[in-house]
Amino acid sequence: MEKKHWQSFGELNNSEAFQQSAKDEFREELPFEAADNGFLETKAPRRDFLKYLGFSTAAAAVAASCEVPVKKAIPFANRPEDIVPGVSNYYATTYVQDGDAVSIVAKVRDGRPIKIEGNEMSSITKGGTSARVQASVLDLYDGARLRFPAIDGKEVTFEAMDQAIATVMSGVSNPVLLTSTVNSPSSLAVIQQFLAKYPTGKHVTYDAVSYSGILLANEANYGKKAIPNYKFDNAKVIVSLGADFLGTWISPVEFAKQYSKGKKLSDTNLEMSKHYHFESVASLTGSNADERFLHRPSEIGAVANALLAAVNGGSINISDSKLKAGIEKAAKALLANKGQSLVVAGSNDVNVQIVVNAINEAVQSNGKTIDWSVSNTVRAGIDAEFAALVDAMNAGTVGALMIYGANPVYSWVDASKVKSGLDKVKVKISFSEKADETTQLCKYVIPSHHYLESWGDAEIKTGHYSFIQPTINPLFKTRQWQDNLLKWSGASVDYAVFVKQFWIAKVGSENAWDKLLQDGVNVVAEANAGAAFNSSSVAGAVAKITAYKVSTGTELQLYQKVAIGAGQGASNPWLQEMPDPITRATWDNYLIVSPAMAKTLLGIDLSNNGQADSYEVNPPKKVVSIKANGKTIQLPALIIPGTHPSTVGIAVGYGRDAKVGRAAMEDETKSVGVNVFPLAGIVDGTVSYNVSDITLTATTEKHPVALTQTHNIYDTPQGNRTEVMKELTLAELKHNPKEVLEEREKELAPYGGLANFKEDGSIYKPIDKPGIKWGMSIDLNACNGCGACVVACSAENNVSVVGKSEVLRFHDMAWLRIDRYYSGDVENPKVVFQPLMCQHCDNAPCENVCPVAATNHSSEGLNQMTYNRCIGTRYCANNCPYKVRRFNWADYTGADSFANNQGELNDTIHYMNEDLTRMVLNPDVTVRSRGVIEKCSFCVQRLQEGKLKAKKESRPLKTGENNEWDLKVACQQSCPAEAIVFGNVNDKNSAVSMHRGTNNNRLFYSLEQLHVLPNVSYMAKVRNIESEVHEG
Amino acid sequence: MMSHRSIAKTILLSTLIFLGVSYSNQSAAQDGKALYTANCASCHKIDQKLTGPALMGVEERWGGDRKKLRAWIKNTQAYMKATNDPYAIALYNEYGKSAMNVFEGVIDDKQIDLVLDYIKNWKPTAAPAAGGGAAGEASKAGDSDSTLLYGVLTLVLAIVALALLQINSNLKKLSDEKSGIDSPEPVAFWKNKTYIAIVIIILFVTGGYLTTKGAIDLGRNKDYQPIQPIYYSHKVHAGINQINCLYCHGGAEQGKHANIPSVNVCMNCHKAIQEYKGEKIVDEEGNEINGTGEIKKLYEYAGFNPDKANEWDASKAKPIEWVKIHNLPDHVYFNHSQHVKAGKVQCQTCHGEITKMGEVKQFTDLSMGWCVNCHRETKVQFKENGFYSIYEKFHNELKNGKLDSTKGITVEKIGGTECQKCHY
Repeated sequence: MEKKHWQSFGELNNSEAFQQSAKDEFREELPFEAADNGFLETKAPRRDFLKYLGFSTAAAAVAASCEVPVKKAIPFANRPEDIVPGVSNYYATTYVQDGDAVSIVAKVRDGRPIKIEGNEMSSITKGGTSARVQASVLDLYDGARLRFPAIDGKEVTFEAMDQAIATVMSGVSNPVLLTSTVNSPSSLAVIQQFLAKYPTGKHVTYDAVSYSGILLANEANYGKKAIPNYKFDNAKVIVSLGADFLGTWISPVEFAKQYSKGKKLSDTNLEMSKHYHFESVASLTGSNADERFLHRPSEIGAVANALLAAVNGGSINISDSKLKAGIEKAAKALLANKGQSLVVAGSNDVNVQIVVNAINEAVQSNGKTIDWSVSNTVRAGIDAEFAALVDAMNAGTVGALMIYGANPVYSWVDASKVKSGLDKVKVKISFSEKADETTQLCKYVIPSHHYLESWGDAEIKTGHYSFIQPTINPLFKTRQWQDNLLKWSGASVDYAVFVKQFWIAKVGSENAWDKLLQDGVNVVAEANAGAAFNSSSVAGAVAKITAYKVSTGTELQLYQKVAIGAGQGASNPWLQEMPDPITRATWDNYLIVSPAMAKTLLGIDLSNNGQADSYEVNPPKKVVSIKANGKTIQLPALIIPGTHPSTVGIAVGYGRDAKVGRAAMEDETKSVGVNVFPLAGIVDGTVSYNVSDITLTATTEKHPVALTQTHNIYDTPQGNRTEVMKELTLAELKHNPKEVLEEREKELAPYGGLANFKEDGSIYKPIDKPGIKWGMSIDLNACNGCGACVVACSAENNVSVVGKSEVLRFHDMAWLRIDRYYSGDVENPKVVFQPLMCQHCDNAPCENVCPVAATNHSSEGLNQMTYNRCIGTRYCANNCPYKVRRFNWADYTGADSFANNQGELNDTIHYMNEDLTRMVLNPDVTVRSRGVIEKCSFCVQRLQEGKLKAKKESRPLKTGENNEWDLKVACQQSCPAEAIVFGNVNDKNSAVSMHRGTNNNRLFYSLEQLHVLPNVSYMAKVRNIESEVHEG
Repeated sequence: MMSHRSIAKTILLSTLIFLGVSYSNQSAAQDGKALYTANCASCHKIDQKLTGPALMGVEERWGGDRKKLRAWIKNTQAYMKATNDPYAIALYNEYGKSAMNVFEGVIDDKQIDLVLDYIKNWKPTAAPAAGGGAAGEASKAGDSDSTLLYGVLTLVLAIVALALLQINSNLKKLSDEKSGIDSPEPVAFWKNKTYIAIVIIILFVTGGYLTTKGAIDLGRNKDYQPIQPIYYSHKVHAGINQINCLYCHGGAEQGKHANIPSVNVCMNCHKAIQEYKGEKIVDEEGNEINGTGEIKKLYEYAGFNPDKANEWDASKAKPIEWVKIHNLPDHVYFNHSQHVKAGKVQCQTCHGEITKMGEVKQFTDLSMGWCVNCHRETKVQFKENGFYSIYEKFHNELKNGKLDSTKGITVEKIGGTECQKCHY
């Protein structure tokens, strides 16, 4: 385990700049006049200071002695039976965005939804969420939402709108309803009803990021234009050809849950799945792989073909020796685990997907890890159908276009053709919640509800239903899009009644429907047979791929970011500020280049200390001009290890229009990033996100990128970070299960060794914790770094969003960060993610340096932070070995009574401070004011609530015994991989005690040798690599 | 002859038995009263009609048949359905066909009997129970009395001391004159540097004390008693009519806010009670309050017309904008249910003798010192509440006497004075 882990290139080289930066937490001067020339010389000398002091004391006394402001307490006129002011209600509903659907429970406090949790009754996501699901509650309070129906931008009433539509729709031919994937059975029935009224009408499905390739391949091979039910938990060997299934591919929350099952170990169970990943640009899933191999984007077909040949015993025709070895290994593993393996591919090329289907067939996945009796309904759009619609629009044969969810003017490869087509459509109606790029070109706009205001249902997989009920009255004059269709098709009921009748017809009674709404989910077992494989198209696909020309120039891969997706997250400040798991960048779009390419393109040699430091320390990054598919864009370049040397990557989803929200804008005129959808191309009728033969030219310009990469650096004496982060291979663990324990013993030897460390390592005696002692345990093997916990933490604890300009100044406020560690080859390193929050040390170094005792320890083991005592010396942050304390450099959330404390803040902060946006704040958590330190509190408000619940029921607290919980902390509850366990350590049967007890061989504490006695333990990361056993 | 010892023994024993018996009697009556207050008092009075009939003599009216009466009390609707009792139906019609709450499963037969016993033995002279506040106030009054006394004494002594000093210096002067020593011209006492210094020190100390005290008291509003949109008298409701606090402030058991009742809760009773017939209500300034007029104000908010009571539409009611009295800063988390439900703290402990207040006034200063003091002294329900079974160490120490069991386990002992119990 003598592995060197590094977070930044400076650390890899141990450069001087790195050593310097690790010394000081706060590198900037206080915003006061320098006192170098003596205080009398400064602008505000001592006498002035005394004058100000005297005046302000007098003024405060005068102000305070005036009348106390009269506050009103206004009760309900008629209190609804089940609402108690001050007590939260929880409603099961469903997060839906385009095709994505996740069963959730919305926490509603005093009529406002303020937090999203996963629905544990869901058969699919089982209580898991993602960063985007967590952040969706903020979209409800987005000031950029459309607030009324409008014709040509002028507000009209719904009646006037309905009349106007009735007039223009009468006699219209070929009306088309264009939506993103609709998997709501009742909405599909509404659409059917509407199309019955307009027989010439048509429903076209359009997905911003296309899955046509896999849909068409499955139609060819299995006769179903659908996505099967993948079972990653049944797979011992997983081979992914560029499918980012933990981040963005199809159903990442579900897959993360399944995947983590195969990665969890215990002292008695050392079986874990093995994951091979082939890709071009570092992705979240690739970073988690046991073995990862790089190829050119244009080589994906060749890799698929080679793998097929290998599993069929043929020869591999790949020139790159590393890649060839990887394919051989993967094929061998697949063959050794027939029926227990799974191959997936992210490519949108039909032929690649056909070949992948053939590989799965050869290793007998069908019926085992690929279940065709149930299919996944989250994507259904076929590119050719949309292309045909665009052609029809341009030909003038589309009489009316109604749009919901789809935004092709932004996300289609040929936006100008969509625009010209729209010009020729007579009646253009948009149901979009926001004035997005397509809606701006529509004459009639009837904004739909946010999903938290809606009724509905979703069939996430066939037979697996999830229900949507409103959690708040609509904030604006909006109407659900289904209501429009029902009204215009002459139905007498609105959609709320329609969906109720629709389900009562299925389940029999109103009581049964109420139960469905209460549970939020329902599974109807359908005895569908699987699908048989039809191999007729395979030979053709293989032949076609063989004919592909593998590029020799530079290639571009477009990808989705975990937070931003296809642009849906661009206007959400929480998602913009969440550091990307791979690049650790916030608020930006950029060009990802490999360290090798950095040398040739940017002239930055990372092995040269000076150059690496200057790249890393200075936020402005070199801007590169990218020419692809005849279009030229400019983006700053980031050097990301694990990228193929001839490939660059750019994320889609940026470059949004100003009207979708202020968070999508860098300043008043410029959007964050550039829209790169137009760089994609259409190959064989499907959209291809790989672009060959692009030209890159470095410009002289620079653009600052707010990387959190180099924030919160801390020094470790050994220089290899093994005392922070422990990683080993499965082979090593099997060879010597006590390896981690032995290493800890070695680290602690100078302080009494493992056994006596607690007592002998310090002059302070350990303090007894009767009753409850809170503790957390994080399994680094399960954590995949997705960032759901980061957003959940911000939502739960009112953590401020500070905007790009503040992140650039190291003022980011996140209580929970996910550190990304590299190890090994700088061109293709191994990656480990480590969630890090306040460790609630029992011997906390922050506590004894606070001059006012604003931070101290509780008898339950919490490191308490008392904002009103804090005077802002920041000694605690300086003395924190983990660098998890955050200082409020300004009044980010408008907590102060004095308005001018928010002086030079950016647009984002002002936006987060609007009355509408502030509705998302958690009323149980203090909104911090300027000049105080804050940090993770272990969600103390939840701990108190959970304890109170147990006290009211007069029974001991339950934290996970028999899976019964009085409380879960926000990060734990949001985690789709169940990597975080929290509870009462004094309770021997609590989940956290069990977790630590059954994983004793992997357990370690970060920076244990400092004797700070943290209450957060980690389980060492184990990589399933058999070949790297070090004997002895 | 009986020894003194045995006489003493007998007396002691009989006293104990007597005390025990009378205590158990008292506790039965107490239980009946508590049950009555908790369940019945919001709609019934013993000697007066309220929403429901006066309960005095209820057993006689039902022919002394407790079995029948119990069935009726548990579920009036079911009783009428089952028996078609003409008296019951007449009663139901007389009181505007409004059904009584169902008590099936809320209180059992034994408890109903306790209530009935309480009603039977009730005497109109019985004064409403005095809360814990009275003693506190009395002792406080004593405090301020003795402060005055000490103040006067200090002043008198100071004057005496001054006079003595003056006399002393005069005598010294005389003796000096006699012995022929030249003494300097006498300085007037207001020019005497010693006096000036003493006065300055006194002024500085008292000034500093008053300033600090004033600064600490900033934002504290003890005795705040704003004028409310309706003169709602807690004395009339909770005091004279003994309505349970939780009938209106049910949130106190459920969550952080005790909650002010919504208009429909007021109207539960005031649909029937349209006039105030009780004793004269006088506000703080001595003005007489027209009780019926205040009820009319409520009807304005509720949109209720007493003449067309059946046409009342509760959904048209407007909320009443009460003036908030108890204000805590935003950085304090206070939860009523924690104190009322888990801690079993009486409302009066923090809100004072609310049953004697007309318009409510803030009883305490709600300062942190006040909170912390109470947390230091108050015992938790350590043995009664199953939650505390996890504190095995304290349970053992209580058993083996390491911890003083008379002191018990205070809130502070289990961490109730730590910062993040209230500030997060």
